[in-house]
Amino acid sequence: MSTAPTSTAPAAPRSPGAERQRLTLGNGLRVLLAPDRTNPVVGVAVHVDVGFRSEPEGRTGFAHLFEHLMFQGSESLEKLAHFRHVQGSGGVFNGSTHQDYTDYFQILPAGALERGLFLEADRLRAPKLTAENLANQIDVVKEEIRLNVLNRPYGGFPWILLPPVLYSTYPNAHNGYGDFRDLETSTLDDAAAFFDAYYAPGNAVLTVVGDFDPDDAAALVERHFGDIPARPVPARPSFGEPVPDGERYESVVDPHAPLPALALGYRLPDPAADLRGYLAHAVLGSLLTDGEAARLTQRLVYGDGLVTDVSAAAGLMGAPLDARDPDTFTVTAVHPDSVDPRQVVDAVDAELALLAEKGPEPEELRRVTARWASALYREHDRLMNRMLALGSAELVHGRAELSDELPAEIAAVTPEAVAEAAAALRPDSRALLVLTPGAQA
Amino acid sequence: MTAPTTADRRSAEEIGRTEAGPRELPPLRPQPEVPAPDEADTVLTTGLRVIAVRRPGVPMVEVRLRIPFSGEGSEDPRYAAVAEVLASTVLSGTTRRSRVSLDDDLAGVGGEMGFSVDPERLAAAGHALADGLPTLLDVLADVLAGATYPADEVTRERERLAERIQVASAQPSVIARRALQRHRYGDHPVTREMPEVDDVASVTPDDLLATHRRKVVPRGSVLVLVGDIDPTTAVAAAEAALASWDAPGEAGLLPSLPALHGSELLLVDRPGAVQSQLRLSAAAVARTDPRYPALQLANLAFGGYFSSRLVENLREDKGYTYHASSSLEFDPYGAALLVETDCASEVTAPALLEMRYELGRAAVVPPSESELESARRYAVGSLLISLNTQAGLASTLAGLAGVGLDSGWVREHPRRLEAVTPDEVAAAAVEFLAPSRFTGVVVADAARSAESLRALGGIRVP
Repeated sequence: MSTAPTSTAPAAPRSPGAERQRLTLGNGLRVLLAPDRTNPVVGVAVHVDVGFRSEPEGRTGFAHLFEHLMFQGSESLEKLAHFRHVQGSGGVFNGSTHQDYTDYFQILPAGALERGLFLEADRLRAPKLTAENLANQIDVVKEEIRLNVLNRPYGGFPWILLPPVLYSTYPNAHNGYGDFRDLETSTLDDAAAFFDAYYAPGNAVLTVVGDFDPDDAAALVERHFGDIPARPVPARPSFGEPVPDGERYESVVDPHAPLPALALGYRLPDPAADLRGYLAHAVLGSLLTDGEAARLTQRLVYGDGLVTDVSAAAGLMGAPLDARDPDTFTVTAVHPDSVDPRQVVDAVDAELALLAEKGPEPEELRRVTARWASALYREHDRLMNRMLALGSAELVHGRAELSDELPAEIAAVTPEAVAEAAAALRPDSRALLVLTPGAQA
Repeated sequence: MTAPTTADRRSAEEIGRTEAGPRELPPLRPQPEVPAPDEADTVLTTGLRVIAVRRPGVPMVEVRLRIPFSGEGSEDPRYAAVAEVLASTVLSGTTRRSRVSLDDDLAGVGGEMGFSVDPERLAAAGHALADGLPTLLDVLADVLAGATYPADEVTRERERLAERIQVASAQPSVIARRALQRHRYGDHPVTREMPEVDDVASVTPDDLLATHRRKVVPRGSVLVLVGDIDPTTAVAAAEAALASWDAPGEAGLLPSLPALHGSELLLVDRPGAVQSQLRLSAAAVARTDPRYPALQLANLAFGGYFSSRLVENLREDKGYTYHASSSLEFDPYGAALLVETDCASEVTAPALLEMRYELGRAAVVPPSESELESARRYAVGSLLISLNTQAGLASTLAGLAGVGLDSGWVREHPRRLEAVTPDEVAAAAVEFLAPSRFTGVVVADAARSAESLRALGGIRVP
């Protein structure tokens, strides 16, 4: 049977922007209020304009370590109080460190809004940075790295291992989880300097979403955040560097991996200058590896059996638009021992050349963008995800609206734009990382 | 930025205090009620119950289908294998569509669909852009009324499943789960959560077609639609699309479970294990029981969330484990308490001692006022947050429908929780958490832990 294409383009986003409010407090804190009265739940998030690309040389992993310290108590809240107060209100909390930002957030029943604002304000005003907590959190972070990187197959592949191949400068190339020696030698004074430099209220965005009255929320925000003293906001450096002038190659050994793997890394267009080109790359990633019928999945998994698993995506951490320029397009593949990595790379190049020449079928493209739109809508149906998308878009790209417009922007990507993106992924300007299984010598 | 020198910036100590000093935690405000949703709940002439709920927010629709999948024939150990292969291949082709065209048609409306099975039910979960609901329902009806189980797809999927089962069977958590199910429920079909590899290899397309005909039936099943839809229109659309799914018979309910009694634990030897699994279980009551809200709060305070006695003791105080929990498992007839933790081999007996100690303490030293209030706030708040998405609401409603409850129960539950008194919680703790009521298993390296476990007693050591 043939299905009528009922959903050629996703429905236009509702315009919640109409009710949104932006404020800037006297101390420079930017505030985004996004009310949604459908359910009695609220969210509070603080996005700080510092990520692991900004950490000093010799202090790899410090941005993430500092994120941990921010959960260890503040002037009005002893250690563990944050967790108890959020859970004791029925809420959830977390934080995460990215290339260009660090976020802290909670989702709570609506009646706990003021409490959520209080908890975030207290640590942005006066976090308790102690030697004991620092030593303890260095251990916790090392344990986290052992769990997520050192003691598991394909740990840090490709997000830690690929950047040093594709990039030449410290901010882009270094390991954002950190080297143990750097973590171990971190001092309390490093933490104090980092907080004073980057955690100024003028260097952060506060996002409040959910069931509240905007005037009431604005008053609560002023009450709790308003008296945090203003501090100088650091100038944001450019992390730009020239694109690779050839294919840069590295190989690594992974003691836990059952099968060999490879990662290709390419530079993405600057989303600030060429959003359309950037999104065409994101759609290209989906066309290549999302779903049963995707190009590389068909060719490499079901077709010639060259790989057991293949994945392509725009954004080093797997999500598009999560960082400023420069950011990375990755293709990763896990393959049998009997296959030479070059065979996989050649097959990827051949498929990219085909797409660059002929572009995708319009129907093929429509299916991919419809699934994209629906995945985005579903994600944003969770208040937590919608809040984090709004906050990071506001901080990283200066426009929370970008997060609402994304489904329509994705749907508007043309076959020609995808062909151009495929042509831009050139063999003579990329990184190739080859991972081989085996015990380390 | 030029880094300020140490002289003109603050020390860590200075950063951590302000002139005004520590501030008071603001109180919670009254929690607004959840508005009643626009909803339709009806039984079609085919016997299928359809629940449709309007939940706008994003232009999507979620679908859940729940077919009781036990009853006649489920006592045959091979039935679990047939059911598992059926769930894995039901989307492999129909009289109208191939595997790829099923996926293409779903993709065209931004949709996805998957099937899963357990000893109690066969379930489908899917979603699509809201205006793609007709296609989503058409694909679902096509699969329910006309799945063909192509031989080559069945062969490939059998192999894949056998590999997955082999890998999973070596997982300590799976070994512990199997041992617990056998220890507390014997040979009841509920114990066969994962089929045997040999049984999977023997499943044929004819088995699948015959089982599909007999068991994939609308009477006794429930379809849930939640999203940016008009409930009445959605029910009509479901009725029209699913008219062809009119197989006779009634969906098979899980046979009632053997009653749980307190008994010796069983030590299951896993030579060389570096970590041990402790699983304790006791009888509890269904959500419809008047004692349920008090039991829920007593269990939370005991071990149902992070700020509970069990977690604070085993994890925060003793450092025996990363994770410990106590939860309720529901079945069509009632519920069971499940208290679990994984710990390092050398602290197996000490961890069991602390678990029993906390169960005993729960029974004789009831939660304090602040423990109870914290559990109450957590219960009310986490229920609210779990229902805050279309997908969360759809899954919850499908699960509740399986035990005869509806959205009214969810809406009224916060009021029930607010009304529970300290005396009721204390009574529930004595009645349900007393250590003598529990049975269970410990999976551990016997060479390293048998002696100390024997010394503790109450455990059968091989």
